[in-house]
Amino acid sequence: MIPVPYYLTISAVLFTVGMAGVLVRRNALVIFMAIELMLNSVNLTFVAFARQLAAIEGQVAVFFVIVIAAVEVVVGLAIIIAIFRARSTVDIDDVDLLRG
Amino acid sequence: MVLLFIILFPLAGWLINGFAGGRLPPRAPGLVGSASVGLSLTAALVAVQQPEVWREGLTASLFTWISAGEFSARASLVLDPLSAVMTLVVTGVGFLIHIYSIGYMAEDPGKSRYFAYLNLFIASMLVLVLAGNLLVMFVGWELVGLCSYLLIGFWFDRERAADAGRKAFIVNRIGDAGFLLGILLLAVTVKSLDFKAIADASSSMAVPVATAITLLLFVGATGKSAQLPLHVWLPDAMEGPTPVSALIHAATMVTAGVYMIGRLHPLFTQAELTLGVVAAVGAATAFFAATVALVEHDLKRVLAYSTISQLGYMFLAMGVAAAPAGMFHLTTHAVFKALLFLAAGSVMHAMHGVIDMRRLGGLARPMRWTALGFVIGAAALAGFPFTAGFFSKDLILERAFAHARGWGSYLLWAAGVATAFITAVYITRAAILTFAPPPSHHDHPPFDSAQGGPSGSRGPHEAPPEMGWPMAALAALSLGGGFLGASAVGAPLLHSLERFFNSAPEPEAGAVPVLALTLVSVSAALAGMLAGLWLYRGRRDASLSALGQFLSHKWYIEDLYNAAIVGPLRRGAQFLASTVELGIIDGAVIGVAGAVRQAGASFRRFQTGYVRNYAAVLLAGTVLLLGYWLTR
Amino acid sequence: MSLPPVDLRLILPEMIVAAGAVLVMLWGAFLPPGRQRVLRWVSAFAIILALGVVLALQSGEPAFSFGAMHLRDALTQTLQVIVLIVALLAVLLSGEYVERTHLETGEYYALLLSSALGAMLMAASADLLLLFLGLETLSIPLYVLAAIARRDLRSQEAGMKYFLLGAFSTTFFLYGVALIFGSAGSTNLARVASQAGAGSPLMLAGIGLLTIGLGFKATIVPFHSWAPDVYEGAPLPVTAYMSVIAKVGAFAAIIRVFVIALSAGAVQWGAALAALSVLTMILGNVAALLQNNLKRLLGYSSIAHAGFILIGIVAANRAGISAVVFYLLVYALMTLGAFGVVLMLERRGEEADEISDLAGLAGRSPLLAGAMTLFMVSLAGLPPTAGFLAKFYVFSAALDAGYPVVVIVAVVTTVVSAYFYLRVAYTMFIGQPAPEVKFAGGRWVSAALIVTSAGVLVLGIFPAPVTNFIEQMANALK
Repeated sequence: MIPVPYYLTISAVLFTVGMAGVLVRRNALVIFMAIELMLNSVNLTFVAFARQLAAIEGQVAVFFVIVIAAVEVVVGLAIIIAIFRARSTVDIDDVDLLRG
Repeated sequence: MVLLFIILFPLAGWLINGFAGGRLPPRAPGLVGSASVGLSLTAALVAVQQPEVWREGLTASLFTWISAGEFSARASLVLDPLSAVMTLVVTGVGFLIHIYSIGYMAEDPGKSRYFAYLNLFIASMLVLVLAGNLLVMFVGWELVGLCSYLLIGFWFDRERAADAGRKAFIVNRIGDAGFLLGILLLAVTVKSLDFKAIADASSSMAVPVATAITLLLFVGATGKSAQLPLHVWLPDAMEGPTPVSALIHAATMVTAGVYMIGRLHPLFTQAELTLGVVAAVGAATAFFAATVALVEHDLKRVLAYSTISQLGYMFLAMGVAAAPAGMFHLTTHAVFKALLFLAAGSVMHAMHGVIDMRRLGGLARPMRWTALGFVIGAAALAGFPFTAGFFSKDLILERAFAHARGWGSYLLWAAGVATAFITAVYITRAAILTFAPPPSHHDHPPFDSAQGGPSGSRGPHEAPPEMGWPMAALAALSLGGGFLGASAVGAPLLHSLERFFNSAPEPEAGAVPVLALTLVSVSAALAGMLAGLWLYRGRRDASLSALGQFLSHKWYIEDLYNAAIVGPLRRGAQFLASTVELGIIDGAVIGVAGAVRQAGASFRRFQTGYVRNYAAVLLAGTVLLLGYWLTR
Repeated sequence: MSLPPVDLRLILPEMIVAAGAVLVMLWGAFLPPGRQRVLRWVSAFAIILALGVVLALQSGEPAFSFGAMHLRDALTQTLQVIVLIVALLAVLLSGEYVERTHLETGEYYALLLSSALGAMLMAASADLLLLFLGLETLSIPLYVLAAIARRDLRSQEAGMKYFLLGAFSTTFFLYGVALIFGSAGSTNLARVASQAGAGSPLMLAGIGLLTIGLGFKATIVPFHSWAPDVYEGAPLPVTAYMSVIAKVGAFAAIIRVFVIALSAGAVQWGAALAALSVLTMILGNVAALLQNNLKRLLGYSSIAHAGFILIGIVAANRAGISAVVFYLLVYALMTLGAFGVVLMLERRGEEADEISDLAGLAGRSPLLAGAMTLFMVSLAGLPPTAGFLAKFYVFSAALDAGYPVVVIVAVVTTVVSAYFYLRVAYTMFIGQPAPEVKFAGGRWVSAALIVTSAGVLVLGIFPAPVTNFIEQMANALK
C-alpha cells in the first residue's frame, strides 16, 4: 500500500502546479482550469487525511468541495462567456480597463 | 440646564442659517446669527451669577456617552471659573464680531453660509470650553477646526484662500494626531476622561507616563494654537474674512491649546519636563514670531504673527506654572487683538480689500475712529501702562522671573522682555504705516491714485455704525479690562482664577523685585514704541511703496543705527522669515504631505489592472506570511 | 440509520432568507418587465421577517445544531442582525437603480439575499466546513452581482477579476482547512481549539492559509489588490453592498476562528495580524489620497477600514470583540450612506461616480450635502460621529492589549485619511455644479439615507444602548 504522505506530497505538487498555472497563463479558461486543479488537489489531501485518521469527516468535506466547485464552474463560465461575447477574447491581459 | 442653552442658541442659529438662510430676506442671516450669539451671551451672564460657579463649579451631567468595560465617559458640561472666563470671552467677543460682520459682509452673496459657519463655530467653541470631559472637549476641538477650514476657504474661488484652508487642515491634523494619542493613552491609564477624575489621578501618576501624555497633548496644542513648528498655517489663514480672523484666529480658537493646558494643569504639573518644554516653546515662539512681524508688509499678516507671538506668551505662562496669568493674558489678548483685527478689517472694507501697508497710509483723517481704535489696540498690545495688555503681560514676565531657577529659565524671562520691546516696535510701525499722514511732499496719497482723486466719492470712508460700535466696545475693554487683574482694585478676575488653580496669589514678599520687574517691562514697551515712532516717522517704510519715492540718505544717524542694530535685526528677521520659516519649517510640514502623496502615487503603480499581477501579489503575501509563521 | 434530530427553529432565519431568495428568483422569471417592482418588496419583507425571527430567538444559552456545525449564540445573533440590516439597506439602495438601469430584477435580489445568507452562515459557523460553505455562499453571488450589468465592459471586467482571484484565494482557504483537518483530526472549531496549542507546523500552515482566504474577503493587504478594481467596475449599489457584506462575513469568521477558537495561540498570530493591519491601514489610506473616482476612493477606504477593524482582532480580548462588532455596524452605516448619496445622482444617465460630480452640491441640496459631509466626517473618524467612537473603541482595546505601535500607526493614518474624505466634503461646498449631473434618487434611496445618517449621528452621540448590548454579548462568550 502506498503510504499516506505520498498522497499528501502529490497533492501539494498538484496545488503548486495549479498555482503556477494561474500565474503564468493568460487565457481565462486555462487559469480557471488551473484553479480547478488546485481544488482537486485539496480534495486529495482531504481524502488522504481521512484515510490516515480514519475520520469520515474528511470524505464528507470532499463532497462539499465538489458541489462548490461545480457552482464555481457555472458562474465562472457564464462570466467568461459574457466577456468573450463583448470582446471576442478571453485573454485576461486585455481586460485592464480598471486600474490605478 | 442653562449651560446647555449657552450652546443650543448658536446651534439653533446655525440650523436656521444653514438650511433656510438662502430663502430668508437679505438682512435676516446677520440678525439671526447675531441674535443667537447674543442670547447665548445672556445665558452665559445668567449662569455666572450663580455663586457655585465661582466655588466648586457648576456641572451638568447629560448622559453616559461611552462605556466600554472599565472605561466610561459622560457627556458633561462644567462651568467653573476657568470655563466661565472663557465662555464670556467667546460669547462676548463673538457677539461683537457677529454684529460687526453684519456691516462687513453686507454686500457678500454668501452671507447666510457665512453666518451659518460662524454660528456653528461659536457652538463648537462653547462645547470645547464647557466640556467636563476631555473627549467632549475633543469633539469641540475638531468641530472648531472644521469651521475654521470652512471659513478660511470661505472665498473658495480665490485660489489662495482654498490653499490656505487646505494648509490649515493638514498642519492641524498633525497636531491632532498627537492630541488623539494623548487622549487614548490617558483613557487607558486613568480609565476615565472626566477632568475631575484626571485631576484626582494625576498626583499618583507615574512621572514618565504623565510626561508622555502631556507631551502628546502639547503637540495637539501647538497645532491648534500655532506654536513652533506648527504655526505655519495661521498667517495663511488670513485669507479668510477679517472678522473670522478676529474671532477664530485671534480671540478664541487659537487659544484652545492654552485653555486645554489650563484645564489639565494638575496633570501638567505632574510632568515637570513637559512644563519646561511648554515654556521654552512658548518663549521661542513669542520671540520668533515678533521678529517676523517686524518685516511683514501685509497688515493682517503682521497681526497674525503678533497673535502667534502673544500665544507664545500664554504658553510661557502655562509653562512657568502661572496659569492664572496665562488665562488673564488670554482674556485681555482676545479683546485687544480682536479690536486690532476689526480695525484692520475696517481699513480693508474702506480700501476695497487693500491690506498691503505699502499701499496704505494717511487713513487717520478719513477714518478717525478706526484709527483711534487701532491705536488703543496697539497700545494695549504693546503694553502701554494701564491698558489691558500691560497688566497681563507684566504679570507673565513677573511670574517667569519668579519661577526662574537657572540661566536657562532666566533666558525665558529675557526672551519675554525682548519680545515686549519688538512687539512695541512692530505694532507702532503698523499703526504709522497704515494711519499716519504721508510726508507733505507726497502730494498723492496712494489710495487717491487708486481711487481716482481725493474728491472721488469712492475714497476711504469711516465704517458703518454696526462695525463702529463693536470696535468702540472692544476699545473700552482694551483700555479698562486690565483692571480686572490689577491688584490695586482687588484683581477680581485674577483672584478667582488663582483660587481655581490653587496657585499662590503673590510670590513671597521680597523674593522678587516686583516693582523693578514692572519697570523693566514698562520701559521695554515704551522704548519699543518710541523706537518705532522714531524709526518709521514720516512713513519711512513708504520708501518701498508703489510711489517709488525713495527717501534721501540724510538721516545719517539712522543709517548708522540701521547698520548697527536695525540692520542685523532685520536681516535676522528676514532670515527667520524667509529661510527658516518658508524653507525649513513650511517646507518640512508641506514636504511630509508631499511625500505621503508620492507614496500614494507609487501604490497606484502597483495597481496595474492585470489579474496575474494581483495573483502574484497575493501569492507573495502568502509566502511571506507562511514563511514568518512557520519559522518564528 | 436515522438522521440526528435537528431543531429547525435554530436555523429559521437562514431558512427565511433562503426561501426569499428562491421565491424572488422564480417569481421574477414569470413577471412581465414592467411589474418587477414587487420583488423588492418581497426581498425587504423576507429580510425584515428574518430580522424579527433572529431577535425573537434571543436566548441566553448557545445552541448547537447539525452535529455541532451550526451555533446560535449571542455573537451569532448580533452579527446576523448586522448582516440583515446591511441587506435591508442594500435593497433600499438598489430599489430605483435596478429599475433605472434595467438589470435582471429577479436574479439581482435573489443573489443579494443568497449573499446575505452566506454571511449569516459564516457568523453562525462552529465548524470550518460550514465556514467554507458560508464563505462561498457569500462570495459566488457577489461574483455574479459584480458582473450583472452585462452590457457594461467595466462591470464584466470587475466580475471576472473578482471571480478569478476569489476562486484562487478560496483554494488557499480550503487547503488550509484540509491541513487543519489533518492536524487536528476534525474541522470542528472547538476540537481545533483544543489541538491548536500544540502548534504543529501542519496546523500553523493551515491557519496561515485560512488567514489568506479570509483576508482576501476582508480586503487585508496584501490580499486586497482585487478590491479597488472590482469596486470601481461593479454597479454602484453592488459595490456598496459587497464592500460591506463581505467584510461583515469575513470578520465574523475571523472572530470565530482567531479570537475564540485560537485564543490560546494569540501570541503566535497576534504579531502577524498586527503587521497585516499596519500594512493595510497604510496602503489603504495613502493610496486613497490620489483617487478621483468615488467608487475607487471608497474601495480604498474600505481597505483602510479593514485595517482598522483588524486592530480589534489583534487586541484579542473581549473589548476587542465588542469593538470589532461595533465597528462593523458603524462601518456598514457610514459606507452604505456614502454610496447612497452617490446613488442620488446621475451623470447623463450614468453613475455620477467622480468626485467632481459632487461640486456645488451644497448649493443645490444642503440636506444631501450635509448627509455626505456627515458620512465623510464619520469615515474620517472625527467626533461627534459614530466613526470616531468606533475608532476610539478599537484603538483603546489595542492599547490596553499592549500594541502601542499599531495604535500609533492607526492614529497617524487616520490623520492622513481625513484629507481625502474631507476633500470630498470640501468639493461639495465649492465650485459650480456640473449641469449634466442630475438628481436621480427616489423614496427607497432616501429612506436608506435617512436611516444611515440617523444611525451615524445617534451611534455617535447616544451609543450607550448599542454598545452596552454588544458588550453584554461579548461577555456572554466563553
